[in-house]
Amino acid sequence: MYGYRGKILRINLTDHSYKMEDLDHELALKYIGGRGLGSKFMADEVDPSVEPFDPANKVMIVTGPLTGTPTPAGGRYMVVTKSPLTGTIASSNSGGYWGSELKFAGYDMLILEGKSPKPVNLFIEDEKVEFRDASHLWGKIVSETTAKLAEEAPDKAKILCIGPAGEKLSKIAAVMNDINRAAGRSGVGAVVGSKNLKAIVVKGSSKPAIADSEKLKEVVKLSRGKLKDNGVTGQGLPTYGTAVLVNIINEGGVFPTNNFQKTYFEKAENISGEHLAENFLIKRESCFACPIACGRYAKADDIEGGGPEYETIWAFGAACGVDDMKAVIKANFWSNEMGLDTISAGVTVATAMELYQRGMIKDSDIEDGLSLKWGDANSMVEWTKKMGLREGLVGDKMAEGAYRLAEHFGMPEVAMTVKKQELPAYDPRGIKGQGLQYATSNRGGCHVRGYMISPEILGLPQKLDRFAIDGKAEWVKIFQDLTAYIDSTGLCLFTSFAIDAQGYADLTNAVCGTNFSDADILEAGDRIWNLERDYNLKAGIDPSQDTLPKRLLKDPIPEGPSKDHVTQLEDMLPKYYEIRGWSEDGIPKPETLEKLGV
Amino acid sequence: MDIKVRLFATLRENRGKEVNLEMKETALPRDIIEKLDISEPEVAILLVNGRDGKLDQELSDGDVVSIFPPVGGG
Repeated sequence: MYGYRGKILRINLTDHSYKMEDLDHELALKYIGGRGLGSKFMADEVDPSVEPFDPANKVMIVTGPLTGTPTPAGGRYMVVTKSPLTGTIASSNSGGYWGSELKFAGYDMLILEGKSPKPVNLFIEDEKVEFRDASHLWGKIVSETTAKLAEEAPDKAKILCIGPAGEKLSKIAAVMNDINRAAGRSGVGAVVGSKNLKAIVVKGSSKPAIADSEKLKEVVKLSRGKLKDNGVTGQGLPTYGTAVLVNIINEGGVFPTNNFQKTYFEKAENISGEHLAENFLIKRESCFACPIACGRYAKADDIEGGGPEYETIWAFGAACGVDDMKAVIKANFWSNEMGLDTISAGVTVATAMELYQRGMIKDSDIEDGLSLKWGDANSMVEWTKKMGLREGLVGDKMAEGAYRLAEHFGMPEVAMTVKKQELPAYDPRGIKGQGLQYATSNRGGCHVRGYMISPEILGLPQKLDRFAIDGKAEWVKIFQDLTAYIDSTGLCLFTSFAIDAQGYADLTNAVCGTNFSDADILEAGDRIWNLERDYNLKAGIDPSQDTLPKRLLKDPIPEGPSKDHVTQLEDMLPKYYEIRGWSEDGIPKPETLEKLGV
Repeated sequence: MDIKVRLFATLRENRGKEVNLEMKETALPRDIIEKLDISEPEVAILLVNGRDGKLDQELSDGDVVSIFPPVGGG
């Protein structure tokens, strides 16, 4: 078996047993790996109606066939489970060096089942699997957990863990690896916490076999060349990281400010990528086999760490009306240490600020002299910590995410969420395709299920009119399908700025010995998309949830270059359902599922 | 006429963040990049008053032109 290791490690946390199973090669090639294969195992093994924190829910930690190979940026893994935040199937992706190490240990995926009677760590060194007590680490922040585990781990082992937020079942908790890389979204860290699993230490000593090494050398050289020559992956991302988007999105008047009440942030320059690079950047960081190296490492006062990324800067910055980059760096640091998703955490603070603005959260609800006034940078940092630790009334409710926070305080409509997951840093009223993408994303509010910003703002692979409706359903489908494929290979989505479907087919074929065409790639993505959709429908997530907060549908943008626009979702959704092969009500038709072999 | 040019990322090197130019009445964004010694391939995103712009579109007095080199991410 090429690319794959052919082995699954099934972990029973209830009785601390494990077994190794063979990977079905045919099934693997149908669902590829990562997000696709993990979702297939969820569909086969976990009843969609399961409560996310029930021990019957499982966590699939899945690499792709290209993870740990010389393919560019092939170091990713996926955490697939049923989300406590959205109630949908969730798959959260992370880079760093942990995913490739799992592959080197000889496994394509881990399946975590049951619930440990007490906190436990898992140590994996090739075929050696051990359960070790984690009582001494329970409650510890991510860097401390990682440092302590490194003392008892084999040299150069890679460490994945949850922070206090995951332990305390925060619905916006992340799974962290290599200290500051995160499988961030949809609360996957809380499901790991619900199983009393603190960390997975992994060390491997062998590499996956390659079907055609000579061919692979050739296609890797070609794709690395494309990444180098592309302005975004060759210059923009290496120099400024993702944060360079701050000014681009703000100039277009689609930079959500004060929880999407405005779309232009006058002080954006203070939290821009240019400002970060000039004043706070210490070094760049890269993930396994990545020629892009978009990762940042920044310092503010006595705090330093990985990031912050564009989304994080926006969430703790403009979304909260904060223009203090030092505070953003600190909130990012504490978010990582608590094991919180930075998008959800920042948006949740912004939601609290709007609830305060509207009198729903009162001064008497707030402790420790903190405030929820727009732009209060110091309080914003403190709220991040309190959220991670579930401290105080508001901190405890914040740990539930923006929607449940707003619901608790009696105004759910101020939660800028889709399927209860916090929306990211692009106002869809002025980027119509992105709006359709948000509404139809299988894991709720998310930009990386189909990054329509690429054609609608950046002009890649071609420039689309961001205010137009025509053709957007088709673009969204292609982007969603291609993304589902990339997310299943183990490659980083950022490669798609420079590599097209044929390029992904060439890389897969050289590694796996397959003969995929670009059409096969998109069909596999379509299959994965429909599998996720089918699971969500069975989980009770009905198509009426393919929508956006009322503010984005009904309230026109008040000012700036995108003034007067709303997301015309009703003008795009029927076409989207139609080209997906779904009924007018958004249900995949039997013939669609049959054609795709779901 | 007066045109405000806002520059970003690497285009700021030796040019600054913002430049106010006095241009002739028929000036195009193409004339602006020439004046600022920015080559065409360096212009990945061109906005005129925050909207997608073209190198050959006519400008008006008071317009704000924003120019970005190839950058992105997310």
